[in-house]
Amino acid sequence: MARVTDAPKVVTANRLQDGAVVWLTPAGDWSIRVQDAQVQTENAPVEAALAIARASAARQEVVDPYAVDVAVEAAGPRPLKTREWIRAAGPSIDALPASAA
Amino acid sequence: MSPSAAARQIAPPARGLPSHAGIYHYDQVDRDFLKERVEQFRRQVARRLSGELTEDEFKPLRLMNGLYLQLHAYMLRIAVPYGVLTSRQVRQLAHIARIYDKGFGHFTTRQNLQLNWIKLVDVPAILDLLAEVDLHAIQTSGNCIRNVTSDQFAGAASDEVVDPRHYAEVLRQWSTLHPEFSFLPRKFKIAITGSSADRAAICIHDVGLIAKRGANGQVGFEVYVGGGLGRTPFIAKKLRDFLPEDELIAYLEAVLRVYNAYGRRDNIYKARIKILVHELGIEKFREEVEAEFARMPRAQYRLDPAIVDGIKARFASQPYETLEPISGVLARARLEDHAFNRWVRTNVAAHRQPGYAIATITLKPAGGIPGDASADQLDAIAALAERYSFGEIRVTHEQNLVLAHVRQDDLPALWKALSTIGFGEANSGLITDIIACPGLDYCALANARSIPLAQRISERFADLDRQHDIGELKIKISGCINACGHHHVGHIGILGVDKKGVEAYQLTLGGSASEEGAIGDIMGPALSADEALDAIGAVVGVYLEQRQDGERFLDTLARIGHTPFKDKVYAAH
Amino acid sequence: MPLIESGKLIDDAWVRLGDDEALPASDVPVIVSLARFHKDRESLVGRNGGLGVFLASNQHPKDIADHLADFALVALDFPKFRDGRGFTVARELREYLGYRGTIRAVGHTIPDQYLFLVRCGVDQVEIAEGKDAGLWAHALTEIDVAYQVSVAGPLSTARLARHASTTGGVSARTETAA
Repeated sequence: MARVTDAPKVVTANRLQDGAVVWLTPAGDWSIRVQDAQVQTENAPVEAALAIARASAARQEVVDPYAVDVAVEAAGPRPLKTREWIRAAGPSIDALPASAA
Repeated sequence: MSPSAAARQIAPPARGLPSHAGIYHYDQVDRDFLKERVEQFRRQVARRLSGELTEDEFKPLRLMNGLYLQLHAYMLRIAVPYGVLTSRQVRQLAHIARIYDKGFGHFTTRQNLQLNWIKLVDVPAILDLLAEVDLHAIQTSGNCIRNVTSDQFAGAASDEVVDPRHYAEVLRQWSTLHPEFSFLPRKFKIAITGSSADRAAICIHDVGLIAKRGANGQVGFEVYVGGGLGRTPFIAKKLRDFLPEDELIAYLEAVLRVYNAYGRRDNIYKARIKILVHELGIEKFREEVEAEFARMPRAQYRLDPAIVDGIKARFASQPYETLEPISGVLARARLEDHAFNRWVRTNVAAHRQPGYAIATITLKPAGGIPGDASADQLDAIAALAERYSFGEIRVTHEQNLVLAHVRQDDLPALWKALSTIGFGEANSGLITDIIACPGLDYCALANARSIPLAQRISERFADLDRQHDIGELKIKISGCINACGHHHVGHIGILGVDKKGVEAYQLTLGGSASEEGAIGDIMGPALSADEALDAIGAVVGVYLEQRQDGERFLDTLARIGHTPFKDKVYAAH
Repeated sequence: MPLIESGKLIDDAWVRLGDDEALPASDVPVIVSLARFHKDRESLVGRNGGLGVFLASNQHPKDIADHLADFALVALDFPKFRDGRGFTVARELREYLGYRGTIRAVGHTIPDQYLFLVRCGVDQVEIAEGKDAGLWAHALTEIDVAYQVSVAGPLSTARLARHASTTGGVSARTETAA
């Protein structure tokens, strides 16, 4: 999964109990806000972060952790791929049908 | 008044009404089973949370109960067996959507309802609520026999030969927790119809059945096998021309045994039965099935006609009134109200009972999300079903709903009520009646978004006069090659792809999911969303320019070929 | 490995013999591969202990159909629990070939499959070390209702058949709303 690219990375997963998207923080726990994610710029710390995440998965806290490429912006890390950006921000459409607004 | 305020006004909850809805009414055995199944899943969830089950082990178990882990949350796919619901069931679905989701649900191309914002820990409680109204999420996913789909007009259509619901129910029971076929190489989808017109898309199913009558009136089935979309689309091939009714289960067991024993397990993309049928060839596959069928102790598997009768007896019949075949109220309303007349033309079909009609409720308002309905809208539709259609609601594979038994006299009032809740659009079968999968906004497998493109197309073609002028034109959008949006069989198909991290859309032309079943041809290189939108405009333009009297889009395409369309779309490139 | 039969842990007297391993004492029952069976048939069938054969998931019952009388046990391999070929093989051994010996599932299965295995004709299941055998016992009690014909138990348990004796119709059932 983890493609070797030069882009900075954050580690993400879905929380086991409710499926919510979570991001690994510098403290080694999980936040539902991508802004709280720890951004890694070197390969070795990404591996270390993934090891922390996998240990968390083994404790039944999260499911299938992996690293994603981000751009670091003023507001915080922004995932580069559309998929990850949508995971971070939620669906790009109104949650309720337009007609029921 | 806003549609949702209108919806709340329409829907005073009905209590204790007799249900004449045309569903199979559960007996105690079915209810006991459902309770046990819910408890079983409750324990499976607990074992997953405790770590006794790994995610790898839990995944097939949760999928077999309709539970996915999607991008933002778990998604629960609730089975609507062969697409028929009672108003009470619809109210319960609305209730669940309010309490455990964000107040809406999404109807799918397999007649199911998906809730997008589910928590794993809530699922057992949700299943309890579903079981209260004889609903469940059993086998709506996983490598097992999936919930059986059928014609949304079953039991009502004027062109029906055999009511497929009774056999769909036989198959539902037979396939439920089947001990031998719950760990197949890949998923296995069965669709059944009983009309000459195929509204159930049987040609794209692993097994498609057409119930028909033999020379002496006896029921039998035309059996098709190996249809499917996905990475390698195939139209199903005919396996048997007339399978006698009492051999239905034995024969399907034979088909599945051949598949389970010989279907490929080395490559997930080659594991469907369509690949086995393709690799063996239909002749050799038929030989294998017939050999299996010949060695079976068939008496044990015989579908006793008494079983079919017993199941039939558990379907309520509708107490129709004796009415004039032609309704004066309807005729007058059509003359007086152009907009209503337009709705009747697209959304109303002939009923076999004089004075009645079948009304399709398209869940495709301009700019809306195809197949989505809010809890308030669901409650309102339940109330309308109670008032106008014996408390019964159907779901279509085109992501619409149907009230199957409406008095023609009541159609004007029904349409007015539907219009107030945002579902009165006269667009069934037209260019804005788009099938779209959830796509990258929700789905973990998707490569591109489907819903926003569907919304933009329906906005661009919102003008109903123009839509009616264009006529029958089916657009189907999938966000990835798994083809949940049936793009291969869209008159215009749209496939979302990932072009170096950017969403792009590949267009196909000339597909069809009806009895003329065909896989569309790819037009050319993938386009951006903006370009795809323009391309659809260009395709429609060529059709309008070139069509001759009475030609549908598919007819013109067949006559003039794909080149004029491709030339127009790619002229600027 | 722990072995389950009828929901209970039982002792396993059988020895799984590698293709190049020497035969144990004559009264020790052994399970051999199909290849070894064909190679050493003479010496294997003459022993006092029982003879079992191991079928890989890509091997077919017809490969042993002519020799079933030689085998007191057939071990079916489940390389991973999602590979469900063994269900069809077990049912085929019982239903078509009339096999009455022991059928044992080996490899990776999970308790949630146990009832299906039994209903397809499997008697014994090898489970991984450290797994809770109680879950396997419980699995047999989870679902009482079976809609299909099964090789385990009387055929009348196929609950689809209950409809054959249903009398009377359902014209309008009063539903009490939740």
